[in-house]
Amino acid sequence: MEGVAHRAPFATAVRILNRIPGLARGRTPEALPVRLDRRRIYIVPTRAGFGFGLLLVAMLFGALNYQNNAALLLTCMLGAALAGSMLLTWRELHDLTLRSLHAGHGFCGARLPLQLAFAGVRRSRPGLTIAVDDLEQPCPLQPGAERAHVTMPTEWRGWVEVPRMRISSTLPFGLFRAWSWITPAQRVLVYPRILAERQPSTRNDDPSERIAGGDEFADLREYRPGDPIRHVAWKASARHEHLLVREFDRAAPGQPLRFDWHALSGVDRETRISRLTGWACDAYAAAHPWILILEDHHSLGPASDTAHYHRCLTALAELP
Amino acid sequence: MTNHDAPPGTRVVTSSLALLPFTLLCITVLCVLVAHAAHMPVWYTAALAAILVARWWQRRGQQRRVAAWLRIVMLIAVPATVIAVYGTPLGREPGAAIVCGLLVLKVLESESMRDARMAVGFACFILMSALLFDQSLGFTIAVGLMLLPALATLRALQPGLPESGWLSAFRTGTVLLATSLPAALLGFLLIPRLATPLWGAPDRGVARTGIADRMAPGDLHSLLTDNAVAMRVGFDGPPLPESQRYFRGMVLWQFDGRAWQPGPAARRPWRPIPAGVRGPVTHYEVTLLPSHQHWMFALDLPIDSPEDAILGPDHTLWSTKPIDQTLRYRVASATDYRLAPEGLDPRIRGAALELPDGFDPRARALAERWRAAAGVNDMAIVRDALDLFHNGGFVYDLDAPPLGRDSVDDFLFDTKTGFCEHYASAFTFLMRAAGIPARVVIGYQGGYWNDFAKYLLIRQSDAHAWSEVWLAGRGWVRVDPTAAVSRVILASTGGAADDVGGGGGNWWMPWRNRMDVVNRWWGQTVVGFDALSQSHLFRPFGIEHATAQMLGVALAVTVFVALGLGALLATLRPRTKPRDALAAAHTRLQRKLARIGIVRGHAEGPRDFYLRTTEALPESAAALGELATEYLCLRYAFPKPPPERTREFVRRVRHFRPVRVVK
Repeated sequence: MEGVAHRAPFATAVRILNRIPGLARGRTPEALPVRLDRRRIYIVPTRAGFGFGLLLVAMLFGALNYQNNAALLLTCMLGAALAGSMLLTWRELHDLTLRSLHAGHGFCGARLPLQLAFAGVRRSRPGLTIAVDDLEQPCPLQPGAERAHVTMPTEWRGWVEVPRMRISSTLPFGLFRAWSWITPAQRVLVYPRILAERQPSTRNDDPSERIAGGDEFADLREYRPGDPIRHVAWKASARHEHLLVREFDRAAPGQPLRFDWHALSGVDRETRISRLTGWACDAYAAAHPWILILEDHHSLGPASDTAHYHRCLTALAELP
Repeated sequence: MTNHDAPPGTRVVTSSLALLPFTLLCITVLCVLVAHAAHMPVWYTAALAAILVARWWQRRGQQRRVAAWLRIVMLIAVPATVIAVYGTPLGREPGAAIVCGLLVLKVLESESMRDARMAVGFACFILMSALLFDQSLGFTIAVGLMLLPALATLRALQPGLPESGWLSAFRTGTVLLATSLPAALLGFLLIPRLATPLWGAPDRGVARTGIADRMAPGDLHSLLTDNAVAMRVGFDGPPLPESQRYFRGMVLWQFDGRAWQPGPAARRPWRPIPAGVRGPVTHYEVTLLPSHQHWMFALDLPIDSPEDAILGPDHTLWSTKPIDQTLRYRVASATDYRLAPEGLDPRIRGAALELPDGFDPRARALAERWRAAAGVNDMAIVRDALDLFHNGGFVYDLDAPPLGRDSVDDFLFDTKTGFCEHYASAFTFLMRAAGIPARVVIGYQGGYWNDFAKYLLIRQSDAHAWSEVWLAGRGWVRVDPTAAVSRVILASTGGAADDVGGGGGNWWMPWRNRMDVVNRWWGQTVVGFDALSQSHLFRPFGIEHATAQMLGVALAVTVFVALGLGALLATLRPRTKPRDALAAAHTRLQRKLARIGIVRGHAEGPRDFYLRTTEALPESAAALGELATEYLCLRYAFPKPPPERTREFVRRVRHFRPVRVVK
């Protein structure tokens, strides 16, 4: 009994909060499709709208003071037309349904493209903008062209929640801004960050598989953390300030490259993942087959096609 | 790798002003110049328009700016020019000229969308101020149409318009203005009017005091051409006929050969003789606009005095305080009365017969001839005088020639041209010269009956002067000598005068008359709609005087309802009706079943659903089974369901009644 008595006011508050969908909604993800109805469209004058409001008040007092009915009528017409534009602004959003969301491929740090498919675009809605973060992205919709393309920022690799999106419009006069929040309950995959630096072609470390004599290399370059100790050119390094590693000649055209998790040492996990990602991207760009060996010795490939590319990147993105 | 930073559909939002909105802005400003052209010097308007066009030309191709020094020069040149032309930057005309110049200057510096939006707002305000100079119907409509380019500019500043989207830019504004007309009218009716201005004198500099306490030839002239409202009168009953709408202001007793003044007789502290009321008494309410004088106006003849007012000895009403604010008072008047029929107090009689010596010998001689001919019949003398005005070649004309020392003689025998004060003055003089007590009354006569708001509107141009003569047995009798004049020449300056005579027969005359009716309607119902007519707005609902609060509440309710209705209209969507009859019948069947509690699940196909239903409703199982089979057959066995069988199915669904098993 006591517990109930204590909880009652709190429960009432929750019930009231639940009754106010605008307050309770917005942050909680919801399943698509989401229809924008009157209870989730907000509208507020823009700065220009407030300016015009002041202007109308000034016109009103001017007309009243000079007891000039023609001026008052004009003021009323302008005021009514501008107030009516509020309905048009609101109508720009009303009855729009976000049917589905389809994410493209994107790497962490870059913007991930999203394709939003809408339904209920019975009339042209040329003024829609969608903001995923602070970037307003114009997405005009019209019957027949019901898809919007936006991008979202990415900070982490792997499966991330689609952030809250603000879909808004200021049409027709820019005096009111109508907006609505959509938080789709959907996760999208973000590929790992690509390490910007040029990667060493750490491939088949098995000397027997190398072509044209094991020690032939094309180049020497500075040591970078993660390079295998075996590749350090000790003799050459002795004459230099820094350690030098041997840059091997490219592998034979038929030979797949090996990108081995375990071959990278001395760097943290994320750097490893990023480096492997970068290598895979380069190999894919060069249409060179490659094998990716993951932490659990599971290997992917060899292949060089798009499916393989995405499989590798997905696997890397999903690494814990 | 494809570049994901700029996916298709992403456009960089620029804040710089594109060509289409800029062109529309220039058109808007040009409209403002046109609206104000009537009261600005032609060369000034032309110069501003030329600067505007040059600016458009300069920015048309690429977005070039105007040099700062040029703008500073113009910022100095505009007020300097206006001061040079008008002598002052203050006042209506100079003010309008300055703001027009500044608006063009704003266009010179408009480079961003924000600038353009501000310029549009500024332009709207200046458009409105053009109506302070002219509130005629045509001009108001023209200015209203000039809002269209302003709204089109606002629209063009927003995205989603094709490159040459002229029409679409105008469409939104046009539709909005048209649909907002009812809301605008409601707002116009309900926005509480101010009884007195908040600031400044709305007059055009000329002091307006209404009727003065002195009447010399030509004094009333400026009043008779002044269309300003003097007062409004609301009757408790039906309005008085036009012939009885004489509002007495002051009685002038003393004539000095040139001007009529109240004289000492009007200031004697005598009590007024009670008038013998013979006909019905009219009760009415007067709203008198500020005159800064003491006298109040009442219908001929007031029988009591309102609060804070004194009924003078000659039955005029005097306010105890100067009327500096709109004054509202209720009075009762008798239009049919006998005032002092038995006899006059000798002192009053003396005052009513007094004439200055050595003036107007010819008029005196004429009056004495009449007296000799008429004997004791005073009425005959009055008739003689009115006959003279009617048949003696007298002309009513506001452009009366000036009169010499013997003003009455000059008027009666030479110029024969004048208006009410000339006639009242000459008539009273003749009566006194003939030995009939007479006095001049000035006030208002006529007025316009506003049938919409049920009140009589009286303008300064309705100012009038007439006479009262004392006849034995009848008492004081009102005589309006001006009414006897048969020839009327219309004053070109008189706005309220009607078109009498004139060269008819033009093919456009009927149209002009019709337009005149429309203009008059506009002037009375829209321009003349003021605090008083507004307070009578709710009369049909039994509320005699609507207060500002009531109007405010009504306005708020109206706005709320209008917005609600608008929202409803804006969200109306065509009901998604299944197109084919089969689907409709199927939906109907499902609705019937849902009513008794059997609802088809989201993932349930029709076959499973009907199977489940037949099991749940054994009573209707046979009928339902048939329907289900038929539906499945029609739906899935044919590329297109045959219409006859579909119709049969529809009919059977209509007659189907599911029977609920009561357990």
